[in-house]
Amino acid sequence: MSVITPYRTELSSSRDGFAQLLRAEWTKFRTVRGWVIGTVVGALIIVGLGVLTASKSMCSIATVTRQNPNPVFHACPAPATGPGGEWVTDSFYFVRQPLAGNGGLTVRITSLTGLYSTHGGLPSGGNLLAGMTRGVQPWSKAGIIIKASTRRGSAYAAMMVTGSHGVRMQWNFTHDVAGTAGKVSAASPRWLRLTRSGDVISGYDSADGRHWTLVGRAVLAGLPATAQAGLFAATPGYTVNSTSLGGTSSVGGPALATATFDRVSRQGTWPAGRWTGQDIQAPVDSALPRSVQGFTQGRGRFTVSGSGDIAPADSASQVEHTLGGAFAGLIAMVVIGVMFVTAEYRRGLIRTTLTASPRRGRVLAAKAIVLAAVTFVAGLVAAAITIPISEHLLRANGNPISPLSAATLLRVTAGTAALLAVGAVLAVAVGTLLRRSAAAVTAVIAGVVLPYLLAVISGVLPAGAEEWLVRVTPAAGFAVQQGAPAYHQVVATYTPGTGYFPLAPWAGFAVLCAWAAVLVTLAAFRLRRSDA
Amino acid sequence: MSAVLASQDRPQARWAGSRDALHSEWTKLRTITGPGLALIAAIALTAALGAIAANAAGCQARGCQIDPAKVSLTGIYLGQAIVAIVAVTVVGGEYSTGMIRLTLTAVPRRWQVLAAKAAVVSAATLAAGAVAVLGSLLAGRLLLYGHGFTPAHGYEPLSLGTAAVLRAAAGSVLYLVLIALLALGVTTAVRDSAVGTGLVLGLLYLFPIVSAVVPDRTLARHLEQAAPMTAGLWIQATRGLRSLPLTPWQGLGVLALWALGAMIIGAAVLRLRDA
Repeated sequence: MSVITPYRTELSSSRDGFAQLLRAEWTKFRTVRGWVIGTVVGALIIVGLGVLTASKSMCSIATVTRQNPNPVFHACPAPATGPGGEWVTDSFYFVRQPLAGNGGLTVRITSLTGLYSTHGGLPSGGNLLAGMTRGVQPWSKAGIIIKASTRRGSAYAAMMVTGSHGVRMQWNFTHDVAGTAGKVSAASPRWLRLTRSGDVISGYDSADGRHWTLVGRAVLAGLPATAQAGLFAATPGYTVNSTSLGGTSSVGGPALATATFDRVSRQGTWPAGRWTGQDIQAPVDSALPRSVQGFTQGRGRFTVSGSGDIAPADSASQVEHTLGGAFAGLIAMVVIGVMFVTAEYRRGLIRTTLTASPRRGRVLAAKAIVLAAVTFVAGLVAAAITIPISEHLLRANGNPISPLSAATLLRVTAGTAALLAVGAVLAVAVGTLLRRSAAAVTAVIAGVVLPYLLAVISGVLPAGAEEWLVRVTPAAGFAVQQGAPAYHQVVATYTPGTGYFPLAPWAGFAVLCAWAAVLVTLAAFRLRRSDA
Repeated sequence: MSAVLASQDRPQARWAGSRDALHSEWTKLRTITGPGLALIAAIALTAALGAIAANAAGCQARGCQIDPAKVSLTGIYLGQAIVAIVAVTVVGGEYSTGMIRLTLTAVPRRWQVLAAKAAVVSAATLAAGAVAVLGSLLAGRLLLYGHGFTPAHGYEPLSLGTAAVLRAAAGSVLYLVLIALLALGVTTAVRDSAVGTGLVLGLLYLFPIVSAVVPDRTLARHLEQAAPMTAGLWIQATRGLRSLPLTPWQGLGVLALWALGAMIIGAAVLRLRDA
């Protein structure tokens, strides 16, 4: 008559909480040497490729003087900086007078014509304009402007007619508001008006000079009491982007815009004297030389010719571009993420894991959280090391560094880390779904890296298809690394290859997260339903 | 008595070894559903991506820079990944299940095992690749004409009768075979499916991304010349051959060197390390 006492564990029942599960998964990760080494190697590749990219980026201009015929190399000059701190192009022909205090300027524009060179360079000597083609550029612009000073990059507000985007009001380089559409001609002239009241500049347009429509209101903080106001003309150069086997290339040449103004009337305190013509130009720039720009005045009619642009400058392919190695890091993290799951199936450990924690969804969650945390930290450390080193190297190699705000730098750094973390979670989910290492690794890499690859190496896919690939596939997440914003009022090659994505940074990252969420849900479902 | 029989059997057994190794590898590949399905998927996805790319392409006027053969064969970028999986699992799968010990007991000459695997995988890839490439070119031929790739714009219909298109087609099939051999060699060296896949795809996809990001054009060109995928896929070019850093066959040769190197390292590891 022996009494059988059932076995009772002496462990307290509180030890099966989620924290224990996390600890178990962390122990599994930490004790497999290959995974720890893989994570470190992934981070090191990011740093290494960043340093390689930065150390190979040289920028210098050579100058030759009469005294010293050997070329002297200088660091490339930085473009002017606008009121918002961004790089800007500020190069145009300005017919100006000082405007003291409040006041305004009204003009009628009867024509906007242009000339452009299709073959790049200009003839040396002789008539610069001979051999140029007639026609305006889409963003050729002429109109009236109120500007803080003649210094490049100073605050301004302007009303203008454009080559093919109708009347616009633009201020402080990045702002652009559309007015009346359509092209300007003698038969359908455009009236433009700017009025200043304190720091507020209002822009109006009209078809007849009687009925006025407010286009926009700009607040130019700190506009001095006496501002420069007057007429201007500018045009960006002619560019044609062509996609070929070697990638996307731009061909084109400088252009000149000429506008005819009349019915110029001034309100407020203006000097009685003459208008001053001034060519606002950068030391090195692609605009036409001084000699062909200028203005004529007679019988109430002004003709102004200018070259250049008043717009944000392209400031991509800088510091954030050196994080291109995130792809290599991502591939390493994906391999580890897949193995974190498939290794359990291969060794049969999954049965022990699921016996210890029968709630299977929590096992998946614990794995995802541990891996996301590890890869996020690895990515953060890698990006935080890469950015200052590459910025230093880029500067040392003579590259002007585009001003990135602290918030943007933080977003690029944390975004790169988050990209690796979400990629690793995606890998855990796909590994759980497929249970086979090779298939899972391939599926994740083909889903995340391949679309970006096809979009980046131009010449394989047409431009439209490239955009869609980085919009709907998980590769959209790389948008979080974009440093400089794209501007619709600038003609530039805004492609993934040059660091611009069709979706906004966080929107693109959200696409990646949505993929991860769907796949984790499917993985949880599969883990619950099928035998391990 | 038994000793006599054994000595009589020996020469026959040796002669049959190579053929039997081949036969056993073929049986292994044939009787698992994975590789067969994967190769069918490779054919379907290659042709489908090619058709999507051809559908998205357009040529409005004379002087387009687009290479119709290259556009039609875009699917190879994806198809190669699946071919790589098949090659990776042929050897990685044996290590994960422990089957490799049985295989090496049955065929103790280890290079023979690798050679048999290489032959079987190459043959399967050759067959699947040929179907995939022909399907892609057919889709391209049917779709591209409607998107402006007409004789009026300087494009003849895609045809294997043209020497350049034939080179692109045959070269693409060979490209897939070389990718399979590269994957086989790498996985034999690292003995793990996940690591093998990661390394192979990293090797293929990272070179072009890095060379696109590196601003120094000379370095980028050297990277492209050394890249297994970028250089290997120059075999698909039918236009603008002068702008390529290497000729199409030299490009495929670069990939062949990578595959050869991987196979040699794989064979050395297989020979020297305990399974």
